[in-house]
Amino acid sequence: MAKILSFTPDDSVHAFLTTIPEVTYGEGPLSGVTVAVKDNISTKGIETTCASKILKGYIPPYDAHVVALLKDAGAAIVGKTNMDEFGMGTTTENSAFGPTLNPLDKNRVPGGSSGGSAAAVASGLCDVAIGSDTGGSIRCPAAFCGIVGLKPTYGRVSRYGLIAYANSLEQIGPMARDVKTLSRLYSVIAGHDPRDATTVNKPYSHEPSANIEGLKIGIVEEFFGEGVNPRVAEVVKEALATLESLGAVVKSYTMPSMKYALSAYYVTCTSEASSNLARFDGVRYGPGLDSAKSWHDAYSEQRKEGFGKEVRRRIILGTFSLAAGYYGRYYQKAQTARQMVRDDFERIFRDVDVIAGPTMPDIAFRLGEKSDPLQMYLADILTVPANLAGVPAISVPCGKIDSMPVGLQIIGKYFDDEKIIDTAFAFEQEGV
Amino acid sequence: MEDRETIIGLEIHCQLNTKSKMFCGCSTDFRDNEPNTHTCPVCLGLPGSMPMVNKRAIEFALKVGKALNCTIREESEFSRKNYFYPDLNKAYQITQYDKPLAEWGKLLIDGDNGEKEVKITRIHLEEDPGRSVHMGTTDRGKYTLVDYNRAGIPLIEIVTEPDLRSPKEARKFLNKLRATLEYLNVFDSEKEGSLRVDANISIKGSERVEVKNISSYKGVEKALTFEVTRQRNLLRRGQPIARETRHFVETRGITTSSRSKEEENDYRYFPEPDLLPLRVSSWVESIELPELPDARRERFIRQYGVSAEHAKTLTGGLKLAEFYESVAPADPALAATWTADYLLGELNYRDFTIDAMPEDLFRELIKLIKSNAITDKSAVEILRIILDEVKEGKGPEHPQAIVDRLGLAKSSEDLVMKMVEEVVAEQPAAVADYYAGKMQALNFLVGQVMKKCRGRADPGHLNTLLKELLDKKV
Ligand SMILES: [Zn+2]
Repeated sequence: MAKILSFTPDDSVHAFLTTIPEVTYGEGPLSGVTVAVKDNISTKGIETTCASKILKGYIPPYDAHVVALLKDAGAAIVGKTNMDEFGMGTTTENSAFGPTLNPLDKNRVPGGSSGGSAAAVASGLCDVAIGSDTGGSIRCPAAFCGIVGLKPTYGRVSRYGLIAYANSLEQIGPMARDVKTLSRLYSVIAGHDPRDATTVNKPYSHEPSANIEGLKIGIVEEFFGEGVNPRVAEVVKEALATLESLGAVVKSYTMPSMKYALSAYYVTCTSEASSNLARFDGVRYGPGLDSAKSWHDAYSEQRKEGFGKEVRRRIILGTFSLAAGYYGRYYQKAQTARQMVRDDFERIFRDVDVIAGPTMPDIAFRLGEKSDPLQMYLADILTVPANLAGVPAISVPCGKIDSMPVGLQIIGKYFDDEKIIDTAFAFEQEGV
Repeated sequence: MEDRETIIGLEIHCQLNTKSKMFCGCSTDFRDNEPNTHTCPVCLGLPGSMPMVNKRAIEFALKVGKALNCTIREESEFSRKNYFYPDLNKAYQITQYDKPLAEWGKLLIDGDNGEKEVKITRIHLEEDPGRSVHMGTTDRGKYTLVDYNRAGIPLIEIVTEPDLRSPKEARKFLNKLRATLEYLNVFDSEKEGSLRVDANISIKGSERVEVKNISSYKGVEKALTFEVTRQRNLLRRGQPIARETRHFVETRGITTSSRSKEEENDYRYFPEPDLLPLRVSSWVESIELPELPDARRERFIRQYGVSAEHAKTLTGGLKLAEFYESVAPADPALAATWTADYLLGELNYRDFTIDAMPEDLFRELIKLIKSNAITDKSAVEILRIILDEVKEGKGPEHPQAIVDRLGLAKSSEDLVMKMVEEVVAEQPAAVADYYAGKMQALNFLVGQVMKKCRGRADPGHLNTLLKELLDKKV
């Protein structure tokens, strides 16, 4: 029996790009749970723009795999959330339809790129949300808005229907106000999908356990080094002490590959993006080409007008990295650096169960504060390693600075998402 | 200069005849359907859709790799070839680049100077783009429509080393390749657009020219012949040959230079991140190849006792070989002769394939020939009548019905004897000449009987009958 729920949120933070006033939902483990979906995830019959002008008016004729799973589980999909255009940003200021505000301080950003999803959950407009994480896009806004966000192991959630930004890095993941709810949502969306060749048959059906007696936690020195706000480092170290008090054992490591991680990440994601976004040429998407012009000219005009500045910047960077004569120096080199990051994780994970540290180097920025793109990129330094290696990582609130939340990031071994969820749950149960 | 070698290498794109497309479940059987009816989010390249490899397409490509004696890579990889074109739905084509499925193969052909081994550089898999349909006239047309029915049809690209030495050799290579692909049952050469060829051609010591866009078997030899002549003429006049890409204009039989901006592409290849590398080593082992053209040719010689030349002709295409095997039981030797020497010519003349000839009718015809019921001349007449009836869309008549209708049956022995006696009575002068030892007289008498029976008797047989009769009279 289908039920109907009315959804008319007071969206003062501009979390949503589209809302569904009358939501139909069914029976199942998530029956009636209100879910917000990031606007880069295809929803049949509901406009899906990636917060880009070029996709304004695009209504997908099919549901992403996760959306189909959510509907089957009885979830009520209440709307599509704002984001940085195509996922390219750390603040949700790069949306063609205006920024989302941080519900805890409207002068600050909610983080990005899944800022709309985080703000919707943090402000209580909906129960849970779905985001995507290419280089921290779930964990960053979770940390900035004071909620829980998980980037699953690469391959554990189908990307079918996720409008690709950087295929080899990104995963769809759950966002919620507490670990238990996040875990419930995760169990619905995880699992194998034949339409996504990179998925693995590892469904998730775990009940979070707060017992972390004997858990071995690795601390990576570089996560507390240069560029990390000492006050953030302080709060996270207190959180680590709490985990120790619960029976965990903490040990220190270094991760030399961290100095290549950011460049490896930006070369890889911009390269893949330059190819993924090439299809938006105005023939099938966008307001329509000027047919008086040659198709080459019409294409570049359309793309210049349809894409925002940051998107164009990344497309140009990626195009350059893949160009003949540069491929070896950039794309290929980035893949070597990526392997070094994997190797570092593998080495540390031979010793420990999880790695813990801050999610973001700082608390939520003020709107407009990070106007220099390079400064903005530096903010991703602590989140990108997990994407480069494909390992799971979760952000759980662990304290506040100036009444703004700080996130504790817990990174796990491949397909051991259960362990980081338990660690986050144990910490959360202890309270802050 | 005339003796400088012609050097040709080919890149052949063949559509594999799988039931569904390369990366989605859409049907490949679109040729009789409206545009854009065989599409889904994947082959339309809709945002968020992802490719799903069609295992059958890989199996087909592996068969080809094995049949062409290639080394199959332990790990091959799909890559993206990035370029903008209106009919390229994702603005990249999923193909294989530096890690193709198969490499270093060879194919034996009947070359200009006997048997020849043509080396295969590589075989890789890729998806076909959509098709632009230009409305209005020529390139100044009003607008272009795009049909994505073809988008995602699996293709293999087969690249040869520059081992071919003449346009004729290139055609022979293609014929052999086509036969091999047909025998493997991975390719349907009769489907429109199922084969496209790019050729690299140079005169030894000069620059290489790439000729693109050749889309028929006959076109290959035509395009290459034009290009060899063009290049040799330039050299004869002492002019240099530009290294360039040229397009074959099928309707005019010429190649034209294409210097458009769109051709100068940097494809920015990189590994397709949505697909895993292909590991097929164990799979390759389990693939069994059917009998291929060379083996079938040997068998035809052995099993049916046909000549080497006939065996080569009859195994040159899968359907032809199957046709022969179905009609051979009537009489292997007669069936070979009548298929290779008569039927093929009549089919060619009408632009027909072997499908046009109903096997049962042909078998019946062979039986009539074998039983001496009709002469060769009548048999050819019957063959033509049947094919003409097929051409007119009529149900063709049975050979026996045609024999009865036109009175083509060889005269009966009595009738023949009667005519022999009549002629002997009517031609006393010639009879006298025969008795006088003039052997030409006998030929004359045979001719007279033939005339009487309108050619429906065997001249050798008449010769014997006449001799017997005349010699008895002495
Ligand atoms: Zn399709």
